[in-house]
Amino acid sequence: MTAFFRQTLVIAHKDLRAELRTKEAINASLSFALVILLLFSFAFDPTVEQTREISGGLLWIVFAFAGALILNRSFARELPNDCLDALVGAPVSRAALLLGKSLANFVLLMAIEFMCFPVFGIFYNVRWTAQFWPLMLVLALGTWGFTVVGTVFSALTVNIRLREVMLPLLVYPLMIPALMAAMQASTHLIAGGPLAGDVLVWVRLLVAFDVIFTALALVLIDAVLVG
Amino acid sequence: MSAVAVEDVWKYYGDYPALRGISFSVEPGACMALLGRNGAGKTTLLRILAGFSKAGKGRVSIGGADAREQETRRRIGVLGHGISLYDELSALENLTLFGRLYGLPDPGRTALEWLERTGLERVRNGLVREFSRGMRQRLAVARAFLHDPSVLLLDEPFTALDDRAIAVLQSLVREAGVRGKTVLMSTHQLREALELASHAALLVRGKLVFQGPRTDEMAADPGWLYAHYGEA
Repeated sequence: MTAFFRQTLVIAHKDLRAELRTKEAINASLSFALVILLLFSFAFDPTVEQTREISGGLLWIVFAFAGALILNRSFARELPNDCLDALVGAPVSRAALLLGKSLANFVLLMAIEFMCFPVFGIFYNVRWTAQFWPLMLVLALGTWGFTVVGTVFSALTVNIRLREVMLPLLVYPLMIPALMAAMQASTHLIAGGPLAGDVLVWVRLLVAFDVIFTALALVLIDAVLVG
Repeated sequence: MSAVAVEDVWKYYGDYPALRGISFSVEPGACMALLGRNGAGKTTLLRILAGFSKAGKGRVSIGGADAREQETRRRIGVLGHGISLYDELSALENLTLFGRLYGLPDPGRTALEWLERTGLERVRNGLVREFSRGMRQRLAVARAFLHDPSVLLLDEPFTALDDRAIAVLQSLVREAGVRGKTVLMSTHQLREALELASHAALLVRGKLVFQGPRTDEMAADPGWLYAHYGEA
């Protein structure tokens, strides 16, 4: 078990280090997220009340699209020099490989999300910190579900010529329950509502989604990588 | 027990049989030169042996175990067409990464030792993307040998190497043989390969047409095998 988690951390560390050197995915993803947030703000000029109603939906749509840019690079990074062969050939559990890559994607996407929130607060004139920690919980749960599903599909589509198009097409339909739950819970928490009642149901749905899809991903990754 | 055993292996790409009923075995300590023209199936066979690809039919084993099992992978060292190194990491970071993945006790020290052996210690902190082709290939050799594998699968290992680097690789392969390691090496550089090999195998359009000990005739005339068993 220790070896499994050590391998997971080695893979995650390698991906994060490589990304921080090139900043390919994070720059594209952050620019995209900020531009969408600004464009929506100028295009619709929503009132504070309207913003409260759409905040969760708006933010999660931005995160989902920006996240696809990060996920696309996850396995594509292994293509130059046939690095994927070396990873598949190493005595590393494929589940550890998936978990390590998911962890790196999770960290990157969470960083993007953290940078988006202040911009969202300023341009939409919303005080989003009233329920900071419950909101962070929803953010982490939604982001983990998205990254673990997205990382499996990143592996599945890595050798497809149109992988940039295929990845979102495959991931978004699967993500509907988790995105819905994250949007509803985020809207409520940004409006200052407590983590109770209906919001707890959405949070439980997110937890269930994460557990089920993480387990499925870990079981299926061997077949996805080697066939 | 054979170090490498291949039993009736077939591999199809669509309808095209890239490998047709290949069977052979390699004993521990042997060095086999896997020869054949472009498209003969050498790389396909090595990829199946390395566990990167599945045979359509048949079975391969490394030391009696399935090549795709996690513990078996620890015993295999692969040098493929690609160097399998990250451009955005330094030479030392790359080797340390693979040392960690292979569970070496002191990956940093082992990485430094291999950088020294391959003459890359001066550029250990340089990014791989800044390396010349020969330097990248030498680093790839270090990565393949890093974890002291008992079976080495080398796919055209002399490509892009200069004279000095070829000498280094030849000495590593010889040393591996002396230490009882098994080497399977596909190449078009017949002279270099047959100098090292204890055995030779020739693939023609996915079929194994010759397999046996390397003879003096082969070493003296690298074209001998093609002339007697290959296509005209």
